[in-house]
Amino acid sequence: MGKETQLLTSTCFHCGDGLPKSVIPFDNKEFCCVGCKGVYELLSKNNLCDYYELADSPGLSLKNPISKVKFNFLDDDQIQRQLLQYRDDKISRITFHMPTMHCSSCIWLLENLYKLNKGVKNSRVDFLRKQLSISFDHHLSSLREIVELLSALGYEPSLNLNDLEGKKKQQNSNRLLYQLGVAGFGFGNIMLVSFPEYFGLDSFSSSYLSKLFGFLNMGLALPVFLFSAQDYFISAYRSLKKGIVNIDFPLALGILVMFARSSYEVITHSGIGFFDTLAGLVFFLLLGKWVQQRTIDTLSFERDYKSYFPLAVSVLHNTKETTVPVPQLKIGDRIIIRNNEIIPADSILLKGSAQIDFSFVTGENDPIEKVLGEVIYAGGRQVGSAIEMEVCKTVSQSYLTQLWNSEHFAKAQQSSIQSFQSIVSRYFTFALLIIAFASAAFWFWFDPSRSLNAFTAVLIIACPCALALSSPFALGNSLRMLGRSKFYLKSPDIVEKMANVDHLVFDKTGTITQAAESNISYYGEALNEIQSDYLKAVCGNSVHPLSKKIAGFLPDSKQPKFLIENYQELSGKGISATIDSVTIKIGSANYLQINPKSVVDVLATRVYISIANNCLGFFEITHAYRAGLSNLVSNLANNYKLTLLSGDNDSERERLSQVFPKNAQMLFNMSPSEKMLYIHQLRESGEKVAMIGDGLNDAGALKVADLGISVTENTAHFSPGSDVIMDATGFIKLSNYFNYAKCTLNVIHMSFVISLLYNIFGLSFAVQGLLSPVIAAILMPISSISVILFTTVSTYLFAKKNQLF
Amino acid sequence: MKIMFLLIGCSMLMAIGFLIAFIWSVRNGQMEDDYTPSVRILFEDKPIKEDSEEN
Repeated sequence: MGKETQLLTSTCFHCGDGLPKSVIPFDNKEFCCVGCKGVYELLSKNNLCDYYELADSPGLSLKNPISKVKFNFLDDDQIQRQLLQYRDDKISRITFHMPTMHCSSCIWLLENLYKLNKGVKNSRVDFLRKQLSISFDHHLSSLREIVELLSALGYEPSLNLNDLEGKKKQQNSNRLLYQLGVAGFGFGNIMLVSFPEYFGLDSFSSSYLSKLFGFLNMGLALPVFLFSAQDYFISAYRSLKKGIVNIDFPLALGILVMFARSSYEVITHSGIGFFDTLAGLVFFLLLGKWVQQRTIDTLSFERDYKSYFPLAVSVLHNTKETTVPVPQLKIGDRIIIRNNEIIPADSILLKGSAQIDFSFVTGENDPIEKVLGEVIYAGGRQVGSAIEMEVCKTVSQSYLTQLWNSEHFAKAQQSSIQSFQSIVSRYFTFALLIIAFASAAFWFWFDPSRSLNAFTAVLIIACPCALALSSPFALGNSLRMLGRSKFYLKSPDIVEKMANVDHLVFDKTGTITQAAESNISYYGEALNEIQSDYLKAVCGNSVHPLSKKIAGFLPDSKQPKFLIENYQELSGKGISATIDSVTIKIGSANYLQINPKSVVDVLATRVYISIANNCLGFFEITHAYRAGLSNLVSNLANNYKLTLLSGDNDSERERLSQVFPKNAQMLFNMSPSEKMLYIHQLRESGEKVAMIGDGLNDAGALKVADLGISVTENTAHFSPGSDVIMDATGFIKLSNYFNYAKCTLNVIHMSFVISLLYNIFGLSFAVQGLLSPVIAAILMPISSISVILFTTVSTYLFAKKNQLF
Repeated sequence: MKIMFLLIGCSMLMAIGFLIAFIWSVRNGQMEDDYTPSVRILFEDKPIKEDSEEN
């Protein structure tokens, strides 16, 4: 039964893609290509077919074979030394980033790598970070062999220039974890020891045990005070030096006063102090910090051109091919770029037919044809056969890389948007100090013995713990809610920036247009079946993007195959061919020597066809805007100023002006640096700008804006450094995201009010000098927990209300 | 009431034991990846087929 169903399925057993007409059968299973079959063969030979049982069709399509020499550069000793984390005379260790890892089958196979390669000693996956660390015996197999094996399995590790330039800093949050552990340890045990005091057991309070408990508490609180809370003292001291009063100042002051007063009480046997409150406060504060620090590990938000460019490139040296690390490329070097390789430096095309896909640079998906002698900018990807080029600028001097070295870019100024917490904490601290001194002065007048007591009590009880917790929990939660909706923020404080933005700037290509899709329609005399088949056959012969689109548009041919004769393709003009002695021409109006009858509509590209010297009509190809765009724009136009920036010419101005409101600015023919300057000027004039774009050409603008949102079709692919990485499917929900950010800000405001109420309640005791340790020990955790609960629940409810999921 | 000293001593030792266990787990990298182990534990090593036939 199992085998029968497998035969009936019309998807590839390995990768799950639809099967083409020519299926490759093997072992009672069907495969879409030789690559997929190869992987299955390899796995079944090694008893690794469990791979297919853990998830349905877990494999990755291998339709694009990888060039044999692609990884030769990994034999280079210098490159190896920079990539390997560790190496002795036997074992090497390396960590790869593997964006294609996606399911539990992947984990299983990658951790069983030792069964496929004898050299591999151990391999371990970190799924959330999409990393694979491998230790291998470099006498038994080389780094190149391992990378080739991984690539053959479909898990090509991403090796790029960024890996070469210094090992990545390991984000170390361990220190915070230790602090949190120590604080939790102190909090729990101090509370336990303080129980007799809470219940007012007299037999304890008078006996020597009470003294012992006091000193025990002090001993437990000491590491909390010295180790766990030290960051608050450092931060408060640093900001005071700069003349700023931040939230950490009242916190540090409260902690310090609490510890001093409690120690005094214990040593003089006048009480047991507030050690429980102190440890609890520090514990909750660190918990908030930890929540705020947990961000999305899977995505990298700091990517620049270095994480996109290759490690090495083939260089032709006296007709001999060698691989050279990209940073060592010199002007005049002859490089060879093969199919799907990226051009690392601005170069002149010398040999071969170049079809350059600049999708990562411009967001434009169609490959662009280049002629011999033309300078091709770095960042393009060659599609088709290998080409030979001469480097005319070094990598660091190339057009795109210079964007990163530009003045504005380096000085990408701090956002002018201030967080609610920083604004509030200033007033809060001053109010707190005034109350403390006022109550001290009052009691000094009436009852000097209670003066110091009241002063310290105010500082202890008003320690803005709940206030300090509201922002981290509200922002941290909404980061996760937005992440569930495929809107990934770099850090939680971005939510506040989102809520405060008042001007949205859109890029056109790839952002509001759908990169992969375009509308195609035919105008003219109706085509009969044979004509349509002819056209499809001819177009299918060409790699030109327009021909591919037309071939995809035409219905499938019923006839087996045509013999195409006299096939001729003139770049930039069109193609001609003869089938069954009928001449077929496809191309521009100029190429077909016809004068278009209707006025040429500049909004779209037209491809004319003629069969047997008779012009039948034309195909019109227009870019598709994302579904729901006009709805989204009209939603956003109510609350935001909108601007459109495009690197293309203004041929689509009319169509776009139907979508965008009249007051929206539309600027065309903008170079990457012009976009950046434009955003810069908007910010100078005091606007709070969000840039929504994609591709390397927007990288400057994304960085300069208050908020940079990069839109990507596939989050595993490259996207330029920005504050937010957004899955393109969520584009139409953009206004929901912005609304949600505003709701989150409201939640913070409300929880501020809640914590203020608690403070006023506590202060009413404190100013009278009546604060007992028990009240403090109850009030502090209750206020903290209620704020945590309130923010967590309300951010979730608001996410539902804004239809995030 | 002198038994309290012993009890407190024991409870402190236990608590410190747990603190040390926590610090060890952080050092050991258990806090770094909180997803993959949950998948890994469900994999089972099947006996190799040829072996089982021979047996």
